[in-house]
This record gives sequence, C-alpha cells and structure tokens, in this order.
Amino acid sequence: MKKIEAFIRHEAFEPIRSELLDRGFPSLSISEVKGSGRQKGIVETYRGSSLTVNVRPKLKIEVVIEDKDKSLVVETILKHARTGDVGDGKIFVLPVEEAIRIRTGEEGETVLQAHTDAEIAA
Amino acid sequence: MRRRYLAAAIPIGLIAMLALPSLAFGQDAAIDKLRASAATTDEALNTTWVVVAAVLVMFMQAGFLLLEVGFSRMKNVGAGVAKVIVNFSIASIAYWAIGFALAFGGTGELWGDSGFFLDVGSTASQAAQQFPILDIAPISPAALLFFQFVFCAVSLAIVWGTTLERIKFGAYVVYAIVFSALLYPIISHWIFGGGWLQANVGMQDFAGSTVVHLMGATGAFAALLLLGPRRGKYTADGKPRAIPGHSMPLVGLGVLILWLGWFGFNPGSTLGVFGDAAAGIGNRFAEIVLVTNLAAAAGVIAAVAVMYRARKTIDIGMAGNGAIAGLVAITAPSGYVEFWAAPIIGAVAGVIVVVGVLAIEKWIDDPVGALSAHGLAGVWGTLACGIFTAPRFAEFNGVGEGGLWYTGSFHQLGAQALGVGAAFAFVFVFSYGIFFLIKKTIGLRVTPDEEDAGLDISEHGMYGYPEAFIPAEEFSTGGVVPQPVSAPAVTATMASDRPSEA
Repeated sequence: MKKIEAFIRHEAFEPIRSELLDRGFPSLSISEVKGSGRQKGIVETYRGSSLTVNVRPKLKIEVVIEDKDKSLVVETILKHARTGDVGDGKIFVLPVEEAIRIRTGEEGETVLQAHTDAEIAA
Repeated sequence: MRRRYLAAAIPIGLIAMLALPSLAFGQDAAIDKLRASAATTDEALNTTWVVVAAVLVMFMQAGFLLLEVGFSRMKNVGAGVAKVIVNFSIASIAYWAIGFALAFGGTGELWGDSGFFLDVGSTASQAAQQFPILDIAPISPAALLFFQFVFCAVSLAIVWGTTLERIKFGAYVVYAIVFSALLYPIISHWIFGGGWLQANVGMQDFAGSTVVHLMGATGAFAALLLLGPRRGKYTADGKPRAIPGHSMPLVGLGVLILWLGWFGFNPGSTLGVFGDAAAGIGNRFAEIVLVTNLAAAAGVIAAVAVMYRARKTIDIGMAGNGAIAGLVAITAPSGYVEFWAAPIIGAVAGVIVVVGVLAIEKWIDDPVGALSAHGLAGVWGTLACGIFTAPRFAEFNGVGEGGLWYTGSFHQLGAQALGVGAAFAFVFVFSYGIFFLIKKTIGLRVTPDEEDAGLDISEHGMYGYPEAFIPAEEFSTGGVVPQPVSAPAVTATMASDRPSEA
C-alpha cells in the first residue's frame, strides 16, 4: 500500500476529487496548510506600511491506495494541478504498513476498496 | 444666505419700531414681522425634517456596505468597504456640481439647466425661480440638494452589490461620475423634478421605486451582462452553485439599517411636516412611516413563507431580501395609498423576490439578489400605484389620479407602465454603453488569478480580515521570548535588555 501526499493549489482540488471518485477512489483527506517554497511571498500594505507574508496557503491531499494504483492517482493529480507556474506544489509517495477499518476491524487492502452500492444502501 | 438676511431683519425691525413711535407704522411692521416669522417657522420645521430624513438615508450606505460584505467571501470584504466610501464621495461632488441642476433646475421636459454648484440667489423667490420645486416645498435649497443627493447615492450603491467579488475598482469610479452627474439626475428630473413623465404623463413615484431602485438595478443588469458570473458559480454543465457569503449576521445588520434608513427615504419625500387639515389630510410623513413598515413586514413574511414552500427551509438571506423587496415596492406608492394597501403591496413583492432570485440565478450571477429585490420589486411597486393610489392623495400630491381599485380605469396603470418602460430603456442603453466602453478601455473585470486570490489582496494590497489569511507567526516581531511559568521572575535589567517592540 502507498500513501500519496500532494500539496496543491486550492483551485485544483475539485477536479481532482471528482476524477478520483469517477475512477473508484472515493476516500481522501484534505488539510489547509501554509508553507514556503520557491513561490514568492506576498506583500500586504496596511495604511502605508507593509508586511511581507512569506508562507502561502496550500491544500494537502492524502490518499492511501494499493501499489498498482499509484501511477493512476499521481497522473490524475498532475493533470489537474499543473499550471506550469512556480507554486503548483509537490507530490510525495510514502509506503504504508497497515490499514484497519475501525468500524469492522478489517485489515489490509480490503479496507481501501470503495463500498458497493449495496453496502451503502444497507 | 436667506436665513442670514431674515435673522438680521428681525432686530432691525425691532429697533425701527422703538425709534419711530408712529402707531400706524408700528402695527404694519409688527404684522409683517409676524407673517415673516410664520413663514420662516414653517420653513424651519420642514427643513429640519428633511435634513433628519436625509441623514437617515445617508446611513443606508452603512446598510449596503454590511449587506454586500456579509454576502461576500472573506477574501473580498475589504473591497466592499473601499467601494462604498469612495463611491459616496465621488457622487457627493458630482451631484452638487452638475447633477442637482440637471434634476431640479428649471422646468425643461428632459432636463434642468440652472443652479450648477447650487448657485442660487440670496432670497427665497430667487431660489424658487431656479428650482421650481421650492415653490411647492419651501425648504432650504441646501437641504433639498442633500436630500436628493443621498437618494442618488443609494441608487448608485444598488448597482454594485451585483458585481461583487470580480469587478475592477476603476470601473466603479468611471460609472459613478457619469451616473451621479448625468444618468440619475435626468431620470429624477423626468419623474421628481417636473419633467415629462411627471408633468405630461402624470406618472406617480413618490420616493423612487423606479427613479432610485429600478434605475440602480437596471445599471446592475447592464454591468452583469458584460461582466459575467464569478468563477465557480456555474458547473461545467451550467447548473448554478451556491457561493455562500461569509457572514449572515452582517447581512442581517445591513438589512435592518436599510429598513431604518427607509423611514427617512419614504417619509422624507413629503419634503415637509404639514398635512392639510381642511382637506382631511393628516401629517403625511408620520402616516408614511407606518405604511412603509407594514409593507416591509409583509415582504418578510411572504418571502419566508414562499421559500419554505419551495425549499423547506427558513432561509436567512431570503428573509432579508423579502424586507428589502417590500420596502422597494412601497417606495413609489407610499405617499399615495391607504394603510390597508401597504401589506398587500409588500407581500406581493415578497413573493416576487423569491421567484425572481430563483429564476435569475439560473443564468445571471447576482450575489445579493438586487436584480429581484430592487429591479422586479421596483417595477411592481411603481405599477402598484396604478392599482392602489387613493384619489385623495393623488389630489393632495398633485400628480396623476386614483388607481384601478378606486376608479375602475386603467389610465393611471398605463402611465405607470410607460414610466417604467421609458426609465428602464434610457438607463439600460446608456449604462450598457458606458460599461462597454469601460470594458474596451480600462477593463471591467480582474484576471482569473486575481479573482482566485480575492479582490482585497489583488486590488487593495491588503486583506479585510488579515488574520484569516496570514499565519499568526508572520505577525511575530521575534522580540518576545516566552518564559516557563516556573521560571524565576524577570528582573528589571533583563527586561530592558530585550529588543524594543516599538
């Protein structure tokens, strides 16, 4: 199992989420993060004085997937998150040792499977 | 000027009476003085009320500000603040210099042509020659100008609510000058200042359902057609998505301030405090306060009820839109209708605003619902005169005749419809032209990147809510070192060694 951590622009999130859902990856987490990189900070001018803000807001997406799905998910993120300008963000791929669904206690890759419609209805 | 002459005349008159002990002369002078003081007392009372009402209407700017800011996302709140303050100021100067003369100077059918910069003579009769409305409503010309100006500013404010979160600041400035110097004064001359719609057609619009509200909404409509929706308002297949504003409490405060301001807007349009006891007309300004409130209340109840039927929720924003719609609709008929008609007019407006917002949202992005609340409700309110105007008030105001309900005649309704059509066509054509020119020259809309970042940082260089966007760490000066609770007390010497925070 792998965990994909991607730092992206806010605007890229919605198309990524809907395409991952279409491709069968409904589960993901996001966090609003702020950080610095090669993208320049912004200067805020407040009543004539200025304040440089060096960290910029980004969105962090976390998805855990089976090894075989790695390139599919990475490509989906690249497709929507790349504008070509500095500040598009980064993707990190990490190994995952275990996965446990809390409700049932199931372990392993089965936890990553999307629910079937029948399961959701039940 | 007039006031100063009169004030000087009274002591001079008194001295003259003492100095010349002729009985006959003394009596004449005393009677003249009495007449003059009765006239000035009336004028002073009327002027006082008009100034109070104007100040209430000026406060509506705060209402628009809070309403628009509340309906914006946090990244665009500061832009609304700058816009309202700057626009009000531009309009103040332009209306004084040019607008007021076009609106009320002289008896032209299409526009007035005298009294630029409020250049009036020093006596009441000279002023009334330039501004004929002062014959009917003898008040200070300065009070009249200020009262009419704050109406112009309200109308201008309505234009911008619809363009939130994407329009360039420069576009405001250009349109504000043209609007307050030319467009608004010409329409208000037609309908308020003795122009063709008022004098020849007999169109009734007591305080401006058409002049102020429909006009603002029409300018907004023209702007929106050229501006387009906010990014993300419509999905790829064209369905509207909600872009929730950041603060419903601010919206609520805005609505209540507008509601309060309306007690200057409609009742102030009496331009005086006197009724006509002999003709059975009471103190109109007080009665119009009640009429106005009844319509607003009915608008809220109707809008909430219709929205509940449509969506099964008590919609917070729509309750506010219902109040505004009721107030807009009663603006034209407020001086013409009996109490019983007010809740009917308000309730119909409450229904119109909900249906209008839901329908318009499908193809135009109007974040505050102004096209419905000011536009559609403004049309309805103006037409409502043609139905509900009481003949006794038409006679008292000296404009038009009774409505369909009383007379069974469609004549007044036709006059109202003609007025609405003419005002809409004129304002739409000119506004569209101005916005088209703005779009081709300085540009109407910010870039997509600027829109995503928010107008506050991209247009104004700062955030309206800095702490929502800048991490707390960035504010740190690095000068203060936190001390553990158990650490020994900091001595005076150590404290002075720290870098100064100043």
